[in-house]
This record gives sequence, structure tokens and C-alpha cells, in this order.
Amino acid sequence: MQNESVVLRVEDVVKHLGGQRILDGVSLTVKKGRLKVLIGPSGAGKSTLLQCINFLLPPDEGKVFLDGREINGKSKKELLWLRQRVGMIFQDFNLFDHLTAMENVRVALIKVKKMDKRAATHRAMEELARVGLADKAGLYPAQLSGGQKQRVSVARALAMDPAVMLLDEPTSALDPELIGEVLAVIRDLADAGMTMIMATHQIGFSSSLADEFLFMEKGRIIERGAPSDLLARGSCSRTMAFCAKLSELSGEMGG
Amino acid sequence: MNEALAFAFERVIPGLNAGLWASIGIIVPAALLGVAIGVTAGTLRVYGGVWPRRITNCYVSLFRGTPLVVQLYFWYFALPYVSVGGVNLILSPVQAAIIGFALCSGAYQSEYIRGGLLSIKRGQLLAAQALGITPLHCILSVVLPQAFRRALPGCGNEIIYLIKYSSLASIITVNELTGVGRGIAKATFQNTEVYVIVGLYYLALVTLAGWLLRLIENRLSIPGFEVKNS
Ligand SMILES: Nc1ncnc2c1ncn2[C@@H]1O[C@H](COP(=O)(O)OP(=O)(O)O)[C@@H](O)[C@H]1O
Ligand SMILES: [Mg+2]
Repeated sequence: MQNESVVLRVEDVVKHLGGQRILDGVSLTVKKGRLKVLIGPSGAGKSTLLQCINFLLPPDEGKVFLDGREINGKSKKELLWLRQRVGMIFQDFNLFDHLTAMENVRVALIKVKKMDKRAATHRAMEELARVGLADKAGLYPAQLSGGQKQRVSVARALAMDPAVMLLDEPTSALDPELIGEVLAVIRDLADAGMTMIMATHQIGFSSSLADEFLFMEKGRIIERGAPSDLLARGSCSRTMAFCAKLSELSGEMGG
Repeated sequence: MNEALAFAFERVIPGLNAGLWASIGIIVPAALLGVAIGVTAGTLRVYGGVWPRRITNCYVSLFRGTPLVVQLYFWYFALPYVSVGGVNLILSPVQAAIIGFALCSGAYQSEYIRGGLLSIKRGQLLAAQALGITPLHCILSVVLPQAFRRALPGCGNEIIYLIKYSSLASIITVNELTGVGRGIAKATFQNTEVYVIVGLYYLALVTLAGWLLRLIENRLSIPGFEVKNS
């Protein structure tokens, strides 16, 4: 069962921010090619958890393993390795405003992977083509729609050949009519076997792709299971209740 | 009138041209040095640790809070009497002027750079970090190019000011445009003609600098960073 290998393991991660216990012992394991979906109310700690995984926020307690290797967060070399292996997608895209779409994808290839400019440009164009934006390569973020910006940010992360991608509410900042194009890219990634953890409110979309839903509240995972179980007719899971509330608010049908 | 014109062309212009070059010889290095100091100080004020931040903030307060004339007097007349480890530094008038202008200008430049740096959304720094870009590369490749574009109009204005306050170099005996003009005026008693022409020289310099700055602004202009022409 080689494709069942564990890519990422998080054990009892605790994180305090501003004197508060934001993550209160979170554990999860992601196998190769799987998608884990984090759901839960705003302020539950989803973003904090994702940022602990690639040590943008170093955990106070607990362990993170990537490819079986424990990350202690002390050595710069190790952090560099970790961050190259972990791609991150943010809610607000966070593109570099002064660089074109192509340069956004290329910059880390040159500065981090030390590729020469030609090879990096070539790779950047390939990744842009993969998210359907080859024709927008020369445009600046200010000239792109939100959906296009998020697709560029996906291309930027993919160019680094990550072992796992962390997606933090990738469609939450988008106008409804632009959500579909980003979800289509994420679906392609899942189909191509990318290992991912995604925080999202797109329950309907992700229930067809995820192997597990993790429901977070107050810094803990309080419910977990296969989407089909948690969202089964007659289930009285917290997930179900939350999704019902979401769909009430947005009209998006969960399940 | 003809007499005045002839006077202008025979006596004033050749003298002032020499003064003009002296002025440029102060303005250009002082402006470049001032920008370099401003970028360094501005960066430290935003991203430095506690002490670099305190020190650069003190520097800015000191040089913005004291008259430039006093600063120039200090560098030229007082510094020779200040002994650091038994060494007394004596600056030539031109050196004192360049250093004085650069330090004063740098303090103001750092304000604009600081504003430019603070305008950059934190998310971009997070994204850079997540990609494995080192803090140094992040500052050089992400932060400064954006901050510089945002700061450019302010920095440009500061350089325009520098051109005008370079005339103060004459008070520490530098024979630049204003100094030469004063000499000619004293010798010939043609104050009106001389100072009108001196004024026109500065106007030409400022116009040229403004035109160059706009050229740079347009060159660096990218969508999302348009310079608002006021
Ligand atoms: N830098 C910080 N300092 C203090 N509290 C923070 C900080 N960042 C986030 N928090 C708090 O942590 C909690 C979890 O935030 P977050 O991880 O963003 O939740 P989610 O992504 O699930 O909405 C929130 O209550 C938030 O106010
Ligand atoms: Mg969040």
C-alpha cells in the first residue's frame, strides 16, 4: 500500500496567541493523495492550525511530522525544507502586487530553488497554463479578478513541487460567480493526487472530494469522520447542524 | 537694458556656471547618500529590533528637529573641536555640506520610506515566508520594490527641497551657485540682475529634476501603483 503512506502528521499541537489558548491539542494524519477538510465556525482556530503546520506560527507544544521527519523549528535549513514541501493558499491570495502573474509564480523558484531565470520562467508558464491562466501571464494583480488571483496563487504554490498543500478558505474572499473557477482548479488538484488540507465553508463541493471532515471549535477537533457519515440523513452530528446553518445563510446545499 | 544684458553675459553667466557645477557636485552625492540613508533608516525603523529602532528614531527626531543651518555650522565649524578617541575630524566645506545635507535629507527620506513599508499588506510577507523566501530576500525582492514605488513621490519632493536648500552651503564658505552669485553681486552692486539670474538657475535645476523624477515614476509605474499626480 505505497500510496497510503503518511505525508503529514500533527500530534497534540497547542498554540497560544495573545495570552489565549487558540489551539488546544489538535492531532491529525494526512495520507498521500488525500484531502482533509477543516470546517467550523469563524475563530475556531482553523487558520492558526494551518499556519502551525508550516511553522508560520511555531506550535507551543506538540509535534509536526512531514514525510516521517519531525520538525523542531529550530534550524533555518529545516524550515526552508519544510516550507518548500508545504504549499500554502491564503484567503486573500497574498500575491506580490508589484509582480506580474508569471513573476509571482517565478520569484520563489529563483530566490529559493535557485533555478536560473529561463528555467524558472518556463516552469512558471507551465503552472499558469495548468490553472488556465497562460494568457494572463503578463498582467499584474491589480488587473486580475479575485478568482484569477487565487488561481495564480495556486500556480505559485504548485511550482515549488509541494508534498502537501494547505488551503485556508481559498474561496471565502471571492464573489459568488468567481468561486467556481477556483473550485475547479482544486478539483483538478485532488484528481491529480495532490495531498491537501483545506479549511472551507464549501461543504457540498468538498464532501465529494474529502476523505475526512474535521470539525473544529474553540481550538479542538470535536468531530471527525467521512463526509458521507457526518452528513448522512438523520445524522445528528455537529457537522450536520453547522452545515444546515451555513446553507440557511448562503443557500449552498450541504451534502 | 542692453548694458544689463551685456553685463549678464560677460560677468554673471560664466561665474554662475562654475557655481552651478559646484552646486550639482553637492546636490547629486547628497541626494544619493540621503536616499541610501533614508532607505536604511526607514527599513530599520519598521523592521529593526528594539535598539536599531530606537537609535534610528532618535536620529530622525534630531535631524528633523534642529535647523539645517545649525547642523551645517556644526559639521563645519564645531566638528573640528570634537575629539573622538583623540582624533579630530576636519571636513572641507564641500564635504561638510554633502554630509550635512545627506543626513538631514535622509531623516526626511526615511519618513517616506517608512510610510511606504507600512503600506505593504502583511499577507504578502506571510506568503513570502510560506514559500521559503528568506527575510532578507523578502525585504529586497518584495518589500522594497513596493515601498519604493509608494514612497517615490515623497522622496522626489524631498530631492526638490534638497536642491533649494543646497544654497545654504554658501554659509559654510562653499562657492556654489548662491555663494558665487553673492560674490558677483557684492563686487558689481548689480543685486537685482544677479539674484534674478541665480533664481532662474535654481528654477531650471528644479524643473529638470522634476522632469527626471516624473520619468522615473513613469518607468516604474505598474498597475496598482499608479502615482497620483497632484
Ligand atoms: N495574532 C493573534 N493574537 C491574538 N489572537 C489571535 C491572533 N490570531 C488569531 N487570534 C485568535 O485566534 C482565534 C482563532 O483564529 P483563527 O485561527 O483565525 O480562526 P479561524 O481561521 O477558524 O476563523 C480567534 O479567536 C482569533 O481572534
Ligand atoms: Mg481563518
